[in-house]
Amino acid sequence: MFATFDFDVIRRSLGYLFFDGMTFTLTLTGLASLGGLIFGTLLALMRLSGMKLLGRIAGLYVDLMRSLPLVLVIFWFYFLVPYIGQWVTGSSRPIRVGAFTSSLVTFTLFEAAYFSEIMRAGIQSISKGQPAAAQALGLTYSQTMRYVVLPQAFRNMLPVLLTQTIVLFQDTSLVYVLSIPDFLGAASKVAQRDGRLVEMYLFAAAIYFIISCTASYGVRRLQTRIAFVH
Amino acid sequence: MKRLHMIGLALAASLAAGQAGAEELTGTLKKIKETGIINIGYRDSSIPFSYLDDNQKPIGFAIDICYRIVEAVKKELKLDKLTVEFNPVTSSTRIPLLANGTIDLECGSTTNNADRLKQVAFTNTHFLTATRFASKKSGNLNSIDDLKGKSVVSTSGTTNIKQLTEANAARNLGINIIPAKEHAESFLMVETDRAVAAVLDDILLASFVAGSKDPAGYVISKDAFSKPEPYGIMLRKDDPAFKKVADAATAALYQSADGQKLYDKWFMAKIPPKGLNLNAPISPELKNAFAKPSDSPDPDSYKAM
Amino acid sequence: MRIASPRWLGEVPLWQTESFVNYHWNWRIFWEPAPNGTGTYLDMLLSGLVLTIETAICAWIIALVSGAIMGVLRTLPSKTANRVGFVWVEFFRNMPLLVQLFIWFFVLPEILPNAWGLWMKQMSNAPFYTAVIGVGLFMSARVAEQTRAGINALPRGQKLAATALGLTTFQTYRYVLLPMAFRIIMPPLTSEFLSTIKNTSVAITIGLIELTGEARAMQEFSFQVFEAFTAATLLYLLVNIVVVTAMRYLERAIAVPGYISGK
Repeated sequence: MFATFDFDVIRRSLGYLFFDGMTFTLTLTGLASLGGLIFGTLLALMRLSGMKLLGRIAGLYVDLMRSLPLVLVIFWFYFLVPYIGQWVTGSSRPIRVGAFTSSLVTFTLFEAAYFSEIMRAGIQSISKGQPAAAQALGLTYSQTMRYVVLPQAFRNMLPVLLTQTIVLFQDTSLVYVLSIPDFLGAASKVAQRDGRLVEMYLFAAAIYFIISCTASYGVRRLQTRIAFVH
Repeated sequence: MKRLHMIGLALAASLAAGQAGAEELTGTLKKIKETGIINIGYRDSSIPFSYLDDNQKPIGFAIDICYRIVEAVKKELKLDKLTVEFNPVTSSTRIPLLANGTIDLECGSTTNNADRLKQVAFTNTHFLTATRFASKKSGNLNSIDDLKGKSVVSTSGTTNIKQLTEANAARNLGINIIPAKEHAESFLMVETDRAVAAVLDDILLASFVAGSKDPAGYVISKDAFSKPEPYGIMLRKDDPAFKKVADAATAALYQSADGQKLYDKWFMAKIPPKGLNLNAPISPELKNAFAKPSDSPDPDSYKAM
Repeated sequence: MRIASPRWLGEVPLWQTESFVNYHWNWRIFWEPAPNGTGTYLDMLLSGLVLTIETAICAWIIALVSGAIMGVLRTLPSKTANRVGFVWVEFFRNMPLLVQLFIWFFVLPEILPNAWGLWMKQMSNAPFYTAVIGVGLFMSARVAEQTRAGINALPRGQKLAATALGLTTFQTYRYVLLPMAFRIIMPPLTSEFLSTIKNTSVAITIGLIELTGEARAMQEFSFQVFEAFTAATLLYLLVNIVVVTAMRYLERAIAVPGYISGK
């Protein structure tokens, strides 16, 4: 059954797959998680701040992003980002963005909604005594956040945040719908050019599996190590 | 003629802005002058118009034509250096990406028709092709009506899939239309028996059949979904200055001996990466369109001499 | 189903932006006939919506049933059962949904014996069935985890009391543990159902033209990018609101008064 399959095609395209495809995927995952986390924390703070209007805006944003399929959001931003760039920078024409920048903006803004829910849970799980003590010591709101609350929240939620990053890693494969060359896109291009669908897709599945599995295992180990009673 | 145009622009600019002797660039030319970069949209697998060779570099008949346009733009703007950047596009992303500024020129196998002229502009026609379907010889499918009730694939965003959809509705064929993302994927579906036929421009079908593992096993239908329609390099709409440059460059190319040479290079000789020779001599209609360059979307306007 | 075009929409002028690039707005596009002859563009989008809902519900049934079984397996005393459940969850969780769909759609027919493979490929609704199975199994891993969490959240006394009363393991799960566990995990299950609905959009890559796919097709035929996607966005939001409200009613309806989960 497997005799007609040419697994050599994998070996021949390894360079292209990993240097072009996997670097794109990993860079996108890394930068989008970072950006998503920062923006997500900001959204969480907006929702938890006393100000009703900020809370409402952040809440609407999070609800909107969480109701839409990622595929639809990818389409939206791919065509929309240049116009947004034009509006933001006030230039006379749409800003030209490449596939990577557009994907980065998409994933950062999309995942920020999910990161914000995680951080919100994290911040709320800190006992009220902490910010109260900080206030008693004379720290301002931003100092309290920066030095007392956020570090603890981050540490508590680290396993969940990392799991969300793994989800992000898997979600990056969806840029396939725009023929953007991430790892799966690269595998797919080779598959279609050489007619070797089975080999390439099985290989791509195996690689994603190995990476995600290892990462989840790492997170589980981390979870047992940083768990602490409070 | 161009000089008069420039003087006219300068006069208008000086009247409007009070700057004597200044020349106002608009649109794409302005953008190119300011950034020093021109963005070209290329296709993955529109052989031999625009596709990737073994080193993942875009090559093809339309790409070479676009290089001529780039040269002309460089001369027009008097630039020392003009960087060419390539952006991959698919049938369904090419128009939105042109509109939102990601690419300035789309060099591929895009059909010029009245519908699209509402959103974009085209320069002089570089090819004429009709929509046909390719199927395995063993399927014995000869006419469009033979496709009744079957699974047929076409590429999303093309005039081909639109014509297939319309024919399906008009003739009540009950065809299960499968959309694919790129031309290569469409043909692959027929190769793997997922679809019985692929509906694409006949020149693209010819390239795929010729490059397949078993060229003799496929047949391209004589029945066509459309008349031979013109391909054009796509430009942004409402940008007459840039269109003028592109029109002048393409007309100069087609009318000179270089035009025929370029055609022969891609259609009558071995092309990379597999050294395929399509052996498709220039049709009389296209020869006429080279001699008298036209950007008309009307297939009837292209007649043999 | 045809929806009449509101008359006032006719008076809305087509306006153009003054910037470098003109995008020609045309909100009346929804009432213009679609090239596939089945009606207007709006009908196209609505048929996509119906397909989305059908796929989501069928996939969710698969996810619930197999996920619940796997989740229960992970809480059983038997070590083999635990391992089976663990492998199932890890397998479906560590591969992107898109890759899983590709395996089902492209790879499976090729590695099966020729006749079966051909039958799978020529099946008239192949993308639908593949999407249902693919999305269903992907979500079953998440449902399994939720079920496990739900069962583990119950007080230990429940299981012990059931055993003391002489119930078999099966009876314990059927009559004591599972009914309460499901009520506990209703909220996360709701969000998993919403995820299922969103995940059906990934199936456009294997040719299932559901709502997102129809919006894309509309964009390709009519060139009205923003109108098409705005409509799809609004429809997804609508589905979301309907599902969340319905689930809230369901939660209240089946709540057991006085229990922690009966809110």
